[in-house]
Amino acid sequence: MGASSAFFLRQRNRSVILVERDLIGQQASGVNFGNVRRQARNLAQLPLANRSRAIWGQLPSLIGEDAEFLATGHIRVCYDHEWIDSLEDYVQNAREYGLELEMISRKGLSARFPFIGPEAVAGSFSPEDGHANPRLAAPAFGRAAARLGAQVLEKTEIVSIEKTGEDFELVTADGGCLRAPAVLVTAGCWGGILSAQLGEPVPIVARGPQMAVTEPLPYLIEPVIGLATNIPEEAVYIRQVARGNVVYGGGLRGPAYPDIRRAYVVPDNSVSQFSQVRRLVPALACARVIRTWSGIEGYLSDDLPIMGPSAHTAGLFYAFGFCGHGFQLGPGVGDVMAELIDRGASTTPIEAFDINRFSDAEQAA
Amino acid sequence: MSGRFVRLSESGRQQISFSVDGEAATALSGDSLLVAMLLNFPRLRTAEFGGEARSGFCLMGACQDCWVWMETGERLRACTSSVAEDMRVYTQMPEGVWPVVK
Amino acid sequence: MASSQVIIVGAGPAGVRAAEALVTAGLRPIMIDEGTCDGGQIYRRQPTGFVRSYKTLYGTEANRARNLHQSFESLRESIDYRPETLAWGLWEKQLYVSSGNRGEAFDFSALIVAGGATDRLMPVPGWELAGVYSMGAAQIALKAQAVAIGRQVVLMGSGPLLYLVANQYLDAGANVAAVVDTAPTGSRFKALPLLFARPGLLAKGISLAARLRFNGVPVYRGATPLSIKGDASNGVGSVRFRSRTGSEREISCDAIALGWHLRPESQLADLARCDFHFDPVTHQWLPSIDTDGRSSISGVYLAGDGVRLLGAEGAEIAGRLAALAVLNDLGHAAPVDERVRLRRRLDVMDRFRRGLAVAFPWQPAAVRELADDAVICRCESITAGDIRETIRVKGAVEVNRTKALCRVGMGRCQGRYCSDAAAEIIAAETNSSVEQVGRLRGQAPIKPLAVLTEQAGTITNVSP
Repeated sequence: MGASSAFFLRQRNRSVILVERDLIGQQASGVNFGNVRRQARNLAQLPLANRSRAIWGQLPSLIGEDAEFLATGHIRVCYDHEWIDSLEDYVQNAREYGLELEMISRKGLSARFPFIGPEAVAGSFSPEDGHANPRLAAPAFGRAAARLGAQVLEKTEIVSIEKTGEDFELVTADGGCLRAPAVLVTAGCWGGILSAQLGEPVPIVARGPQMAVTEPLPYLIEPVIGLATNIPEEAVYIRQVARGNVVYGGGLRGPAYPDIRRAYVVPDNSVSQFSQVRRLVPALACARVIRTWSGIEGYLSDDLPIMGPSAHTAGLFYAFGFCGHGFQLGPGVGDVMAELIDRGASTTPIEAFDINRFSDAEQAA
Repeated sequence: MSGRFVRLSESGRQQISFSVDGEAATALSGDSLLVAMLLNFPRLRTAEFGGEARSGFCLMGACQDCWVWMETGERLRACTSSVAEDMRVYTQMPEGVWPVVK
Repeated sequence: MASSQVIIVGAGPAGVRAAEALVTAGLRPIMIDEGTCDGGQIYRRQPTGFVRSYKTLYGTEANRARNLHQSFESLRESIDYRPETLAWGLWEKQLYVSSGNRGEAFDFSALIVAGGATDRLMPVPGWELAGVYSMGAAQIALKAQAVAIGRQVVLMGSGPLLYLVANQYLDAGANVAAVVDTAPTGSRFKALPLLFARPGLLAKGISLAARLRFNGVPVYRGATPLSIKGDASNGVGSVRFRSRTGSEREISCDAIALGWHLRPESQLADLARCDFHFDPVTHQWLPSIDTDGRSSISGVYLAGDGVRLLGAEGAEIAGRLAALAVLNDLGHAAPVDERVRLRRRLDVMDRFRRGLAVAFPWQPAAVRELADDAVICRCESITAGDIRETIRVKGAVEVNRTKALCRVGMGRCQGRYCSDAAAEIIAAETNSSVEQVGRLRGQAPIKPLAVLTEQAGTITNVSP
């Protein structure tokens, strides 16, 4: 979020310093599944997601690289017939936001997506969605921002932010001080620490995605595959990258420790995932997993991010806590926040993500 | 086709018949699958990204460069598996295994 | 006292001697090993039906090998022995294993990791061709299968195995086309003071080269590898190197064994979150232990070549010492005097270990000078140029970041054979040291794990 915001702010000729405690794209941005998906989002996110999707398609001309984005489509299936109505409702609702989805019957699944397991009874297909490489995207935006003149400070930790007069004063761990009239907090799971310092605490918790990747297989599965379900351990998602490896994740989450910036894959979860991915794509039975990883994602209780201006401090903005589904939104978030900061308002509605929705919540003083 | 490895001794063992990519071959009981294959043929698989033939590397189950396919779609690490009578091995993925199981 | 479950990973010299000490104290350890038989690598056993003698297989180490095998035989009924089983993951005090497609998790009070070592490799341009093997592979082919890796074999590299394997091939009737020793001439003499810690082994080393020459095998010392030539379909055809006089030579061959001594297989120690330290002598990251093998994690003990390369005899001592530490820590009696003696013997071996590192040095300069088109990561076909470009263009300065951005180390072998060289290239390109470049972070599974793996008791197929 920070890297894309820096880029788009520079495009609007705003002076930008991008500060990152470790390296750009090392946390949630770099460890997520890589889904570039609009389908199944909370409807309030669709305008933002649509705007973001347009940017994904322009990445090469915009930042000089494509982060391996492929618009191969996203197929979302269900095992339970009771989910079919839900999928159909979403297809109808999404249409009003300009997202065209297609219901696929069991027969249609067999014809068009024969690699999906026999338990799937129906699906919903989003042809323009796709996937990209999360390890590449944020660093690519960071480099593009730097080329446009953003000052990028990696390995620089902010220990405090305070508004003094017209400007904000940010103190770094090595005793340095940065001053600016506007601050955008894109600190992911740690955004809540900074927002609390600034008088706006939010109930954000850390969770670790459980990710795995297989050895390379012949590249024959194009769309990203997801499952609509209420059963946590069933909710796996799968994609094959152009080099042939199959990346998957989902199911139960693992423990994450934001204080030490470590998150872990629980071996039991790995084994549980095996049986679930075999249900969704039975041919994965021939594959071997060669690596697992986790990371730190920040979740808000209502599964929506914090995005927008501070409720009570002028010049202060937030974009963090994307609840494990922020990757696709990255370019759009940057574009919208840059517009908001530059012009005072954004043409894309983001009120649903306002930080003040938590101001009435009972917070420890 | 000629193999890569050379048998130096220990020939007093039971003969085993098996096939690689449909071509018949023989080995001796106690041969690892890797040795059995390379006594008869020059490659175990083809590298995904470089395209070159591969014939194993570490022979101790560490490099993972010797995974081969059975007709059933099962995978075996050739250096840590034993050749068995009637084994039907493939140096590339057989049909009906990926992405749809037949 | 409460029953304590001890698990040993590895049925080589360290693991067997550890099991022995535990069984003597009345415990029944679980022993996990990937192999079909006990023995590890050095004392790898030949399959049933093979008839070669111990002398033929193990040479001067025949008695040690027999001793170890017999010890294991007498232990076998007293331990819970799980061969053909991979220990792939760890969580708190549970070890996750799989055998075939069956997964299992074991609780432990103490875990002794004795997973051994594998060959240490330097990339040589063309090493991705068929017909290129590690030095250990050349030896395993002979020892365990009575085959040679080719009709005209060149052995190239540096280390105690180089001359040993060449002689073993000679004695077994294989055709050794040449031995190409890349150790700088004079390095062995620099190491003499340290090598004299174990004079018997030193003398053995010096005579092996002479023996080869006497038998008509060309031996080139102080050589610099240039490239391995061949084609993608047929594999290796020849090897090019520069002799110590500077002239370029090319030797026809259909198989090449490459090796620069060994590197510890320390992935389980990494998963257990043990501390590691950078060993400047061998230019490697090693898991840290106290004098007896205790790691930085309570309940996790490390022994054998998986910790530092003391060889088979050192592994046996380290295994026993680690087991005695386990017994001590679990509240059993453990003989103090014996532990003192064992520690002293390990110290002697450590001097020899350091001598070996000087006599058979890892050669960073050769790695750093590799051309851009040299393949570094064989699994993913990542070249030196790919790595250098990632550093120049994307600003990576550390090994995990470099891996994330250019894929070096992302393949099936998980960096076993490319990470040492990759670290050298990153260090050269960033003008820093290999230590500063960092260590590849280990992740489960430590070897490829089948998606077919099923484990009783885990949440699997939940039907509505």
